Amino acid sequence: MQSETRPRRDRSNHNSNSVELKRWGLLVAGSALAVYGVTRRSKVGLSLAAAGGLMAFRGAKIGAQPRELRAQTSFAVNCSPAEAYQVWRSFENLPLFMRHLESVKSIGDRRYEWTARGPMDVEVRWTAEIVDDHENGRIVWRSLPESDFHISGFVEFRSAPGGRGTIVSVSIQYELPAGPLGKIVAAIFGKDPEFTIREDLRRFKALLEAGEISTTDGQSHGPRSILVAAMHAAYPERRKESERE
Amino acid sequence: MKAVCWMGKEKMSVESVPDPKILNPRDAIIRVTSTCICGSDLHLYDGYIPTMKQGDILGHEFMGEVVELGSRINPEKLKVGDRVVVPFTIACGRCFFCQNQLWSCCDNTNPNAWVAEKMMGFSPSGLFGYTHMLGGYAGGQAQYARVPFADVGPLKIPAGIPDEKVVFLSDIFPTGYMGAVNCELRYTKRRHRLHLGLRPRGSVRNTKRLPARSGKSYRDRSSSRTLAYGQRCRRGDNRF
Repeated sequence: MQSETRPRRDRSNHNSNSVELKRWGLLVAGSALAVYGVTRRSKVGLSLAAAGGLMAFRGAKIGAQPRELRAQTSFAVNCSPAEAYQVWRSFENLPLFMRHLESVKSIGDRRYEWTARGPMDVEVRWTAEIVDDHENGRIVWRSLPESDFHISGFVEFRSAPGGRGTIVSVSIQYELPAGPLGKIVAAIFGKDPEFTIREDLRRFKALLEAGEISTTDGQSHGPRSILVAAMHAAYPERRKESERE
Repeated sequence: MKAVCWMGKEKMSVESVPDPKILNPRDAIIRVTSTCICGSDLHLYDGYIPTMKQGDILGHEFMGEVVELGSRINPEKLKVGDRVVVPFTIACGRCFFCQNQLWSCCDNTNPNAWVAEKMMGFSPSGLFGYTHMLGGYAGGQAQYARVPFADVGPLKIPAGIPDEKVVFLSDIFPTGYMGAVNCELRYTKRRHRLHLGLRPRGSVRNTKRLPARSGKSYRDRSSSRTLAYGQRCRRGDNRF
């Protein structure tokens, strides 16, 4: 799905020559310095090795992150396309199963204000409008051109063959903004945005079929090891109060 | 409450842990009256199954009395005070698999389904007390247990039947029965007995069969350790 009005800045598949030169220059020089530093076998050598390692690391990071990302996934849901459409079309329901979203509020005229919460509780907001809406079929939305964060997506509901319910397909496409906002957005969607929306869709399926989303967050357990306790503190499972009744 | 916790490979201990709480509207809390140890618990004990964490409560074969219900449990299906056997699989009752009575394939009860999919290609349902790959649910080797989707799984037991006669319905009996069905075991004129897996599972399969007046008896001797355990059971030396 392409967006017609915003400019396409295609930096995803090729980098310009100067960026490539910088990247490989840093990598090669950094690695060479690191190797030299290690062979020196002294305190000075150690600091040279550390500096070389840092250079190589920075070189590897340049141009490695694609700026435009897309993700697509499908799930079979045991309900009619109409039921699935009804739940999705009320965009206020999206945060129930899309864990990266904090809230989606209607501001009238088929426009919604989306809020996502990133690490350290930093909020990212954007406004999106519904571009296309076929009842029980397809919903397409797109962020407004003046938003800081450009994202678009569509969801399709098709009857599954053999009367087995509905195939729900979701696709999102977004562009990482430059600077610190880009880092926050990358943290919100994770390293693999397809994983993020696939799990969101899995929760949508659970919500529609079972009426609730399975969880073990908050259950009893014995004493955890220090490593596991640290892991849980660093990556808490975020459940919203709205998911519980 | 007290619970049996996995504390590492070959390390189990009884710990004081918080009482379970209702987390979802279709949950129930069961006061456990009987619980079993399964042969597959020994795989966890021996450290063969990945995704265990120190502090996990084990136990997937348990029964007891309902003490608390979530807000969306239909009172006609289950009420406080009912005596129930809880199956080891957790099933939502409304997905394609549950509607086809393939409860152990339920789509909606494993919150960590992506881990199982990576490891096995497809995720089964969530299980009680059996690794985080299969949901990470706290199990029933404890004084109380939280049972999700309590209007689907738990089997009501009428008064007057002791625990020991029905607790096997949670896992071991249906598992053994399914093995017999899958192998198309049938009654024949000469009733051969086949003891498969001389751990508790094999013992249960044995007790279900009609007594054979004639015919041969075959034993799976593939594990001498298992065989020795089976012999100890028959002598009455059952440490479990």
